[in-house]
Amino acid sequence: MTNATKESLHTTRGRPQLFTSYSREMAIFNTKVKRNWAIVGILALVVLPFFLQRDMVALITTVLIFAIGGIGLNLLTGYAGQISLGQAFFMGVGAYTAATLGGEAKGDVIGLGLDMVIWLPLAGLVPALVALVLAPLAARVRGLYLAILTLGLVFIGEHIFKEAKPITGGAGVGRAPAEPVFLGFDLFSNQTILGYRIDRFTIFYIACLVIFLLLAFAARNLVRSRFVRSFSAVRDRDVAAEVMGVSLLKTKTLAFTISSFYAGISGALLSIVIGRISPETWNIFLSIDFLAVVFIGGLATITGSIMGAIFVVMLPKLVNTLTVFIPGAGGVGDGSLLNVFELQSIIFGLLIILFLILEPRGLYGLWLRLRNYFKAWPFSY
Amino acid sequence: MVKLSAEQILAVEGMSLSFGGTQAVRDVSFDVRTGELFAIIGPNGAGKTSIFNCISGVYHPQQGSILFRGEELLGKPPEDIARLGVARMFQNIELFDNLTVLDNLMLGRGLHMNYSLASAFLFGRAARRQEVANRAVVERLIEFLDIERYRIYPVGMLPYGVKKRVELGRALAMDPTLLLLDEPVAGMNAEETEDMARFILDVRAELGVTMVLVEHDMGFVMDLADRVLVLDFGERIALGTPAEVQSDSKVIRAYLGEDLTGAAKETT
Repeated sequence: MTNATKESLHTTRGRPQLFTSYSREMAIFNTKVKRNWAIVGILALVVLPFFLQRDMVALITTVLIFAIGGIGLNLLTGYAGQISLGQAFFMGVGAYTAATLGGEAKGDVIGLGLDMVIWLPLAGLVPALVALVLAPLAARVRGLYLAILTLGLVFIGEHIFKEAKPITGGAGVGRAPAEPVFLGFDLFSNQTILGYRIDRFTIFYIACLVIFLLLAFAARNLVRSRFVRSFSAVRDRDVAAEVMGVSLLKTKTLAFTISSFYAGISGALLSIVIGRISPETWNIFLSIDFLAVVFIGGLATITGSIMGAIFVVMLPKLVNTLTVFIPGAGGVGDGSLLNVFELQSIIFGLLIILFLILEPRGLYGLWLRLRNYFKAWPFSY
Repeated sequence: MVKLSAEQILAVEGMSLSFGGTQAVRDVSFDVRTGELFAIIGPNGAGKTSIFNCISGVYHPQQGSILFRGEELLGKPPEDIARLGVARMFQNIELFDNLTVLDNLMLGRGLHMNYSLASAFLFGRAARRQEVANRAVVERLIEFLDIERYRIYPVGMLPYGVKKRVELGRALAMDPTLLLLDEPVAGMNAEETEDMARFILDVRAELGVTMVLVEHDMGFVMDLADRVLVLDFGERIALGTPAEVQSDSKVIRAYLGEDLTGAAKETT
């Protein structure tokens, strides 16, 4: 029997939850509904920028980039249970690796002008290597203690970034990021394809979408493998994990390294969207933004990290729009009680607290509830 | 009574463990034979669990030696000891609460999978083949332990008795040569205890695993064990068959106190 007929038998039986082989059940999209929606979703993401304003395209590009970094951090914080504030540092290392290899030399600032084929993987590998070197330190601690340890890392990192002028341009000056030239094709320039003029923001968005999809699927694969299973084991019961043959040091090191790879790629791409990178970009607040992505999106879910990224990136825009309707809120320096940024911080803080208390599984948890409600409809209690 | 084989699978010699001034285990020696069901009993704080922790590498005894199939376990990290074929069930359930029953058991199979990180990222042939093969093993264990209907639930939500069974399953998933059971029936009612006893006997009969058992339920120990080691304050006070141990005056003293020896004999 061919695969196609097997599948049609599946549907005629009308039992989408019935799996006839383990590998089918293990599939990422293990039901037809999931697969079809994923295809629709990806197609929607491809055509989306053609209906949006330029600044909105830049915004959804940022969402994708935050999703990449968020997935990386979720592997470390959600799956391995290691709360890290070092995200911004590793993003910075990625961004500067990319800028040094792929940027233009200007004055004292080094830039080799290499192709994206070279700088993009290295923007992930170099932070991963740095993490690998730091891991023996980080692997000795767990949970909140890693947060304090990595907090130190962010401050040391920011200082190094400010001092390493040939690479970073120094404090307050900064430098131009890497040029996204992929095999000679500039991904950040206006192009005419088949007679249609496509602006550079859209082109770069599509490039980020491809990178995001590759990394997201890789992460999803990793999550169903023995590696992330041991991450979770170490998170839940480290002693039990050890006596079952899981090495704590190796596992934590791996989580830290992979997470930093994702952070590095995210940092390199983010620097291109920002346009000019200064050492101050990679500060503690960026790390906190990413923790918000992970906590609001939901711990230990890849889909949730994507939801969290959408939320965290879009929220400021939303707050901006809503400011008009909130009494006492206004712009910076116009004498109102709260300005937009203060309002943002308050809403952010409140949401993180609310999610931690009410729905620790985050937005993904809310989605699961919604889905299960309608799955059982009209018999939902 | 099963006839004991002469072959020693585990030989503990003169093991001592102390925490600061507290002597948890003092010069304890015993051996476990292949295929045996060996029990360790003793009042609270006698050092039973400490011995387990020493064998599985969680604690590091200051003196003595622990030979497992001729190989010294002392100084080895827990993951290496697990690799040699020692599995363990914990006194207070130590399952991975957020993972499903399936994933908990799959973790037990971790040592039987070796596909690369690259294969994991792509979920390539090696990863897929090994995951499916080990999944089949896990499913057989799930059936053996009669926990099919809990398969996809996070173990944190499951009732106590089922959790204990899952923990046994997780240890068995490792395909161990030696299984350490730390109070497998603690806090269970008579029916659950009987179920667990049956599982343990089945494991022994069908899988041929050598087991060391720590338990407070005397009926359970005396019914199941081939030989019993009795500890008190970290010291070995008796070692022998259940019948021998039960009539040992030192054991009775340890359990019932000095002056009641005579009275205790009458009531038991």
